Amino acid sequence: MDELDRRIINNLQGGFPVCERPFREAAQRLDTTESELITRIRCMLDDGLLTRFGPLYHAENMGGALSLCAMKVPAERFDKVTEQVNSFPEVAHNYQRDHEMNMWFVLATETPEQLDECLREIEKTTGIPVFNLPKKEEFYVGLFFKV
Amino acid sequence: MSKDAEDLAQLDRRIVMATQAGLPLDARPYNWLASELGVERDLLVERLRVMLDEGRIRRIGVVPNHYRLGYSANGMSVWDVPDEDIQTIGKQVGELEIVSHCYHRPRHLPDWPYNLFAMVHGHSQEEVRGKVEQIAQLLGDKARQHDVLFSTRILKKTGLRIGG
Repeated sequence: MDELDRRIINNLQGGFPVCERPFREAAQRLDTTESELITRIRCMLDDGLLTRFGPLYHAENMGGALSLCAMKVPAERFDKVTEQVNSFPEVAHNYQRDHEMNMWFVLATETPEQLDECLREIEKTTGIPVFNLPKKEEFYVGLFFKV
Repeated sequence: MSKDAEDLAQLDRRIVMATQAGLPLDARPYNWLASELGVERDLLVERLRVMLDEGRIRRIGVVPNHYRLGYSANGMSVWDVPDEDIQTIGKQVGELEIVSHCYHRPRHLPDWPYNLFAMVHGHSQEEVRGKVEQIAQLLGDKARQHDVLFSTRILKKTGLRIGG
């Protein structure tokens, strides 16, 4: 990663232009050329420095439902429950965390009704209560990882 | 919904599907996308602008892999703060440079007393704990209790699929 890669990461986490030649317009701001910018983004994607390039959608504003859910899973059943929970396609991410509440996953569905239904299905399948922690409000400032 | 509005909703949905994996790395990515979807470029550009304005698209750009940038530790800090102060405190915490996401979520008493979640990033767990301590000092008595949960294992990571 060199100076130009850093500039791209620090300045292009949003605001990519919507116009005929967006890379050319963005390149001018970054003091480089259109073709160089395209190459850099491609290389950083191939390299795994970037996970994605494009629009980031806001699930709730798109009409979908999203929630953070947590469970207290007994240690001896953890692997089995992981398998059961992960088998639901609505489970987008699932993390183990160092707490009594040790399984944390994000549920994403197209409608709020589907979300409730899915939650109940997970409880039924695992026999463990699911704590539903949907966001009530977002205090988001748009994290931009600086390098 | 009128026929036109229905058509636009349908088009927006197809735009989301077509860009789920990202934008093409082509000098004219929107022309490419428009021809892929069989619509005029001007219409596609207009729909993208509308979705940005309405907040259906948060932003368009690069998404860095924060692990690869050295931010390998992320702690979910959770706070029990008075409900009547949550607006002020949420904004205050969300504004900190070390916090990426900050949300008001419901408590589940007695199991879960925390109503404010703030994701704190750092290069090590120690660094994250130090930053959480800074937030604790900032909030003073307003934070009745807090904790920080580190992820110990990624069990699943498929990314969100929406509009599908």
